[in-house]
Amino acid sequence: MISADLNIILPEIVLSVFAMLALVGAVYTGKDKLAPVLVWASAALFLAAALWIGTSGGGDRTAFSGMFIDDAFSRFAKVIILVSAAAVLLMSEGYMTRHKILRFEYPVLVVLAVVGMMMMVSAGDLMSLYMGLELQSLALYVVAALRRDSERSTEAGLKYFVLGALSSGLLLYGASLTYGFAGTTLFSGIIAAASEGHLSVGLLIGLVMMMSGLAFKVSAVPFHMWTPDVYEGSPTPVTAFFATAPKVAAMGLFARLLFDAFGGAVADWSQVVALLSLLSMFLGSVAAIGQRDIKRLMAYSSITHMGFALMGLASGTELGVQAMLVYMAIYVTMNVGVFAFILSMSRDGQPVTDIKALGMYSKKEPGRALAMLVLLFSLAGVPPLVGFFGKLYVLQAAYGAGLVWLAVAGVIASVIGAFYYLRIVYYMYFGEDREDALDAGGSPVLWGFLMASALIMVVGVVNLFGVEGAAAAAAATLVN
Amino acid sequence: MDNLLSIVTFLPALAAAILALFMRGGDAAADRNAKWLAMVATTATFVISLFILFQFDASDTGFQMVEEGDWIMGMNYKMGVDGISVLFVMLTTFMMPLTILASWDVKTRVKEYMIAFLLLETLMLGVFMALDLVLFYLFFEAGLIPMFLIIGIWGGQNRIYASFKFFLYTFLGSVLMLVAMVAMYADAGTTDIPTLLAHEFAFADFEVLGIHIVGGMQTMLWLAFFASFAVKMPMWPVHTWLPDAHVQAPTAGSVVLAAILLKMGGYGFLRFSLPMFPVGSEVMAPLVFWMSAIAIVYTSLVALVQEDMKKLIAYSSVAHMGYVTMGIFAANQQGVDGAIFQMISHGFVSGALFLCVGVIYDRMHTREIDAYGGLVNRMPAYALIFMLFTMANVGLPGTSGFIGEFLTLMGIFQVNTWVAAVAATGVIFSAAYALWLYRRVVFGDLIKESLKTIQDMTPRERWIFAPLVVMTLWLGVYPSAALDIIGPSVGVLVDNYDTAVAAADLGGPVVAEANH
Repeated sequence: MISADLNIILPEIVLSVFAMLALVGAVYTGKDKLAPVLVWASAALFLAAALWIGTSGGGDRTAFSGMFIDDAFSRFAKVIILVSAAAVLLMSEGYMTRHKILRFEYPVLVVLAVVGMMMMVSAGDLMSLYMGLELQSLALYVVAALRRDSERSTEAGLKYFVLGALSSGLLLYGASLTYGFAGTTLFSGIIAAASEGHLSVGLLIGLVMMMSGLAFKVSAVPFHMWTPDVYEGSPTPVTAFFATAPKVAAMGLFARLLFDAFGGAVADWSQVVALLSLLSMFLGSVAAIGQRDIKRLMAYSSITHMGFALMGLASGTELGVQAMLVYMAIYVTMNVGVFAFILSMSRDGQPVTDIKALGMYSKKEPGRALAMLVLLFSLAGVPPLVGFFGKLYVLQAAYGAGLVWLAVAGVIASVIGAFYYLRIVYYMYFGEDREDALDAGGSPVLWGFLMASALIMVVGVVNLFGVEGAAAAAAATLVN
Repeated sequence: MDNLLSIVTFLPALAAAILALFMRGGDAAADRNAKWLAMVATTATFVISLFILFQFDASDTGFQMVEEGDWIMGMNYKMGVDGISVLFVMLTTFMMPLTILASWDVKTRVKEYMIAFLLLETLMLGVFMALDLVLFYLFFEAGLIPMFLIIGIWGGQNRIYASFKFFLYTFLGSVLMLVAMVAMYADAGTTDIPTLLAHEFAFADFEVLGIHIVGGMQTMLWLAFFASFAVKMPMWPVHTWLPDAHVQAPTAGSVVLAAILLKMGGYGFLRFSLPMFPVGSEVMAPLVFWMSAIAIVYTSLVALVQEDMKKLIAYSSVAHMGYVTMGIFAANQQGVDGAIFQMISHGFVSGALFLCVGVIYDRMHTREIDAYGGLVNRMPAYALIFMLFTMANVGLPGTSGFIGEFLTLMGIFQVNTWVAAVAATGVIFSAAYALWLYRRVVFGDLIKESLKTIQDMTPRERWIFAPLVVMTLWLGVYPSAALDIIGPSVGVLVDNYDTAVAAADLGGPVVAEANH
């Protein structure tokens, strides 16, 4: 049966082999000279893999006696992960070359991280869960510290590593308790043990520990402290990467664990997730108000958005999972656009992240400013932009599950959050002309991603590009 | 034409897209082209919208010219008009060319300005035509974006504060409505407005956090919608964003705000609160009555002491909207007819008054009342037009303002005499502030040095006012033109309301208990 198993994880194998070959190839030949080629090749491979997985057809398959699950849910998450990772890689290339930080390790590590993420969303066992999570995390720790000679970047990497290790520890402890009380590490075994009436205390503690560990990865409050510092300290393309694919993977894993392993005890974890969601939405919204650095601001923004996505999970229903998936797809698209904009912010060739530097940007670059405006309103969840539909979805799910208080709190948080997005609009459109204005222009690749993302936010109102149906199918396989 | 409504709605947006994508901006020639394109587009929209009016059959009380298509999340793209909405559509298409014409002298970022106004028109029209809950919300909320930019970019000194206040205030009101909409979807299983109108939402009393809620679910939903519409309307005490927004907005922005955007609140009450939650409305009506009465008296008094002309008119708008809310929740034929009529009339009159302020503001660059005086000596035509609209604002018989005020007062008198008595004093107060404003600005001797060279209205300005004068007087002497269209739909609305309230069997004591 091994060949059948291998056949199922073929995309992961191809990507891993590619990463190894790239590593060996780059070390023995031109080192960093090969980096741009590797970036483009990895992005192309990602897209090919996304196409492959996306069109591989329905059906649930498991490999390695249930440790690896290939179903509509994992395929949906994998497509988002691969496409967003490819987008971020393509956006990084120009920026990193210009600032001379493009090392060949970067694409290799990103590929490995992506393999880890694919593993995460397909995990059917506590061990494959942990394996995927650590493969992803270890690659990300290094990428955060990519700018070796910068204090900020190395600090970000170290901070991420230490706190990440703590969260992994929590998760492992929870996993061991779960194993102890359920007698198996397979999700299908845990759910059988857990659905016999109420959860035993050991399983409950194990579940809470594992949720804490995962909350770290999705940067949900109160496990969010690393996010602003890491976002700010890492090189911007790396920040863009952090804000997109790993969030989808962690959220996917979260859903996988809650539904596949603890689906019988929705009432037990629903309140915990609801609380994480509530705190994330409010803290993210309120703390972002004081930020002056756009990367820090985006960190808090992502905390808020994770809060909304968790609202979908908290409802514990099929609609909730569907809402979470749609929300993540929309969130990732918006963030790709916003980071394309942030990457093009520079003055005399040096990157700028101060919001004030955007003073009257709309006069110099009306097209880019307009696209950013669209994205910001979409992030704030103002209709008719697509970001609104993400919010509507999770609200619907939460209301349907009886979490009315959470829905009301969510919309109030979204009003508070609107303020800081509006403030960026204010600098771009109402502010004053500045002597030290940003450089006009920028790379056409970034322009393309920014415009495409903004266009999707506007045109998507027609039918959301069919993501709804795919998400529904994905949710149906997870919740049954 | 099967999709007449969509054509009317999206024509301005199409023009905005052409403007944004294919026309350069910056120099004088490009600015001129932008203005002309906007002018042609809004005029064409108005002309096409006339077909809606011609095709409209007033005797049919259902929705007409309905278009329907599949959308996402089980919702439909559904548009249609009935007797309540069709005149708001016409008001919008009628006012937009005038606001574009009034913006002819805009100098900064003309292209963006025209794009913002064109998009705003599409969104406003969509609000009045949408027959799907979420589609309505989409248009309703999206209007905030262009208006935020209009106030923020082309506004006055304190525009940043005003634009943020405008956005966040109205956004906060609306999101609660969104939650209520989600609740309605969960309850009725559809977002289709005609279906929801026939759906009966639960009204059994229940307790929330120990508070006894009379009218149950309906009252809760009503309150959530109320939060949104009351802010939009705006009703006392959540009206404070309006004077700020009006004062800071450019003239055309004020006109759109007063003439059309405020009407969305009233329209929302008529489309959702009253017919969908009749029991909730009945329970909460006393609250609305007294809020309206306070609004009328209080804001009229506040208007009396204003030194800024725009602020004065803004407060007078709040007072006039007080009549509207009062009339709506009186829930009888006269009250609701009068409320709709008052909204249409207020659209013309307050729009015209803001334009009047704009005329002298363009010349003197101040809105301080003290800076003027004796304008009649050099601006006779202006004095005449300003007088007409001042009188219409006061509610002089023969102008459209009178019909609306009279009908709403008549409607409320049948329901609550005390409120009617308090509200009627507002008629006197409005005469006081409006006439006093007129006296200080127009009459007296022309003693101010700066005013000695002021010029009377240009032909362009006269052309802006001509249609408004015609409409104000025509509706004033022949109100049936509008009431015949409104009447049948309102009749059905009121009948259904009475039936629902009677079926709910809310005795007098129960309502009184709710007031404790």
